[in-house]
Amino acid sequence: MLQDKDRIFTNLYGMHERTLAGAKQRGHWDGTAGIIKKGREWIVEQMKASGLRGRGGAGFPTGLKWSFMPKESDGRPAYLVINADESEPGTCKDREIMRHDPHTLIEGALIASFAMNANTAYIYIRGEFIREREALQAAIDEAYDAGLLGKNAAKSGWDFDLFLHHGAGAYICGEETALIESLEGKKGMPRMKPPFPAGAGLYGCPTTVNNVESIAVVPTILRRGPEWFASFGRPNNAGTKLFGISGHVNNPCVVEEAMSISFEELIEKHCGGIRGGWDNLKAVIPGGSSVPCVRGENMRDAVMDFDYLRGELGSGLGTAAVIVMDQSTDIIKAIWRLSKFYKHESCGQCTPCREGTGWMMRVMDRLVKGEADVDEIDMLWDVTKQVEGHTICALGDAAAWPIQGLIRNFRDEIEDRIRVNKQGKVSIAAE
Amino acid sequence: MLRRLHHEQPESFAFTPANLAWAEGQITKFPEGRQASAVIPLLWRAQEQEGWLTKPAIEAVADMLGMAYIRVLEVASFYFMFQLQPVGSVAHIQVCGTTGCMICGAEDLIAICREKIADKPHVVSDDGKLSWEEVECLGSCTNAPMAQIGKDYYEDLTAETFGKIIDELRAGNVPTPGPQNGRYAAEPLSGLTSLTEYDSGKTQYNASVQLAADIGDTVKRIDGTEVPLLTPWLGKDGKVAGRDAAAPTPRAPATGKTAAQQAKPAAKKAAPKKTAAKAPAKATKADAAPAATGKAKKPRTMKAPRKAGADDLKQLKGVGPKLEGVLNGLGFWHFDQVAKWGADEIAWVDDQLSFKGRIERDGWVEQAKTLAEGGETEFSSKVKKGKIY
Repeated sequence: MLQDKDRIFTNLYGMHERTLAGAKQRGHWDGTAGIIKKGREWIVEQMKASGLRGRGGAGFPTGLKWSFMPKESDGRPAYLVINADESEPGTCKDREIMRHDPHTLIEGALIASFAMNANTAYIYIRGEFIREREALQAAIDEAYDAGLLGKNAAKSGWDFDLFLHHGAGAYICGEETALIESLEGKKGMPRMKPPFPAGAGLYGCPTTVNNVESIAVVPTILRRGPEWFASFGRPNNAGTKLFGISGHVNNPCVVEEAMSISFEELIEKHCGGIRGGWDNLKAVIPGGSSVPCVRGENMRDAVMDFDYLRGELGSGLGTAAVIVMDQSTDIIKAIWRLSKFYKHESCGQCTPCREGTGWMMRVMDRLVKGEADVDEIDMLWDVTKQVEGHTICALGDAAAWPIQGLIRNFRDEIEDRIRVNKQGKVSIAAE
Repeated sequence: MLRRLHHEQPESFAFTPANLAWAEGQITKFPEGRQASAVIPLLWRAQEQEGWLTKPAIEAVADMLGMAYIRVLEVASFYFMFQLQPVGSVAHIQVCGTTGCMICGAEDLIAICREKIADKPHVVSDDGKLSWEEVECLGSCTNAPMAQIGKDYYEDLTAETFGKIIDELRAGNVPTPGPQNGRYAAEPLSGLTSLTEYDSGKTQYNASVQLAADIGDTVKRIDGTEVPLLTPWLGKDGKVAGRDAAAPTPRAPATGKTAAQQAKPAAKKAAPKKTAAKAPAKATKADAAPAATGKAKKPRTMKAPRKAGADDLKQLKGVGPKLEGVLNGLGFWHFDQVAKWGADEIAWVDDQLSFKGRIERDGWVEQAKTLAEGGETEFSSKVKKGKIY
């Protein structure tokens, strides 16, 4: 188990001083100017060496992403945009950072922006997080007052501004190009790539979009060294990670743990076990709504990291938002609710997604009631395959995968329900 | 999902002075020429002030940001946080219904809303105080099930605690937000499993709840006086340091006209309309004597077409079926009438039709001369062949 001394987010629950003074006491904002003086290349190299993979779900190496930014300005400014539009069902980790440990994020924003030659960063927080926005803005104001932001930020010689901006309840704005569109004051509809944001992003300028957690871990990694960070987790899955465990565990919580921790340890140590014991575990969605669900019996020994969940279980770590479901759950209905979510959140730009999400939801509707034919399961599978990979952004894929996971893992249950429904009708007819 | 503006709209909208100052502060977050970026925060603040987002508010925000009305309207209808219809006067309750909350009992909460507020979402309760809707994941999944009321999250709910909260709100009280089962934030309910040594110096509530508690009446509409307005990014010189240091951001490409630009021709249009309304009165006088100004002179009109029947005025390029009707109404039925118009007469008709310059631009008089003499223009032959109307 991860020791407290190796935890990055030491005020995750907000039980300690949340002010700048408290943050400094816990070791944040320590030698920030010194880190920046070591130069851009050093920072990017250190980040690459740490093996940090993006914490927003896709798991793209953060250092590598930074290195795509132009080294020299061609006359356009560069921007860092921090994605705090935490809307993936199951995910509630960034909220804890922003309201309780905001200075990790603010310091990270300064260092990351410097590394990318950006004098300005925007944090795009989801609109519903109103108090979290106030908490984060208060921390930003505090940092400005203390000279940690603004001209010659933290005496590093770098002029840096950090602006907090918010959305208004659109899941799609968590997609980086949709987020940029929204930040420009438009509807959040994803852009075609290329050009990638590093070439032409916000206002047509080079832009990198990073998740809150990816940025907030940066200062600690640079202070303690990439080797320290890489010492947690299996190779290629380095570091510590915030896990948010929700659903049918005895004590749902958000907790920072080492990557590659086993599912059993995570649940037993922090969540007080599965409600009703391990035999009562039916299914787990290990990484937020967009990844396929996994049957309970396969999950107990699972290693919670990118490669294991993807390679061995055909699922994914995503945002490490673990939704646990016990035997009392109607799994078909649980996945139907996700289909409804994706239908609601489809931006409507690409036909396969706009029409497909509604279509899939309506079939799922009937599967929940069992009012379908067994062949329709295969038809639904086909439709998910026609949506997947045929849209500008990954929302189409994200809508398809939970259903694919359901069919792969719980086909027997769907068929049973159809059968029971049919027989029920037959017996009524016979009477 | 189809979202439209409410059928009943208030007359006007204006930010309170404090909210206006706040809005102007928000705009400075964005580079010159990129003010449109501030549209969502401004719309949200307008909604917070009024309770819901009205058409005048959308237009006011568009004018403030130099955006076309349609650009702001499409933003307002795209984002689900914008309430396009009136909500309860005390609070609008948003119950998270997505899977994480659903498997923890969100359906029971929705049942409570149905029972205590209104059977259908987005319908204001009989006493006008409350309304509700089911929303998608609010990002508080380890504290499921939960609901957002006004600006605050009420977490770890049960049907019972949620019902009590609704009753309290109705009675005019503001229940304390945050976890309702004795938890502090998102830690394990049974006690800390990590970070135990940091359990010190805490305030009574977690950060979100503390902020709400400090304000007190958290369901009240924001008028801008709640928290001091701070724009620390503006240095003493009024400049934004980071923006100053970097190269200038490229300007936005010109896309259409802004609402303000659109409004100008509209204002011009509106002006002649007023004179048009007065004009008939003047015109009756003009029947007896030429108009005093001499500038706009009423041409000779006829009460009905000649016996041979009216000419097809639609053969004039620029005159459609609707305009033909208007011209007939004014007393013009024949090409030769139009052909006789001089500059003064054109000015008079122009005023009546409330679009300046079109008669000359389309050359009605020249066309009418040709047609009155029995000739044809390119356009009239097309009309005759039935290619136009």
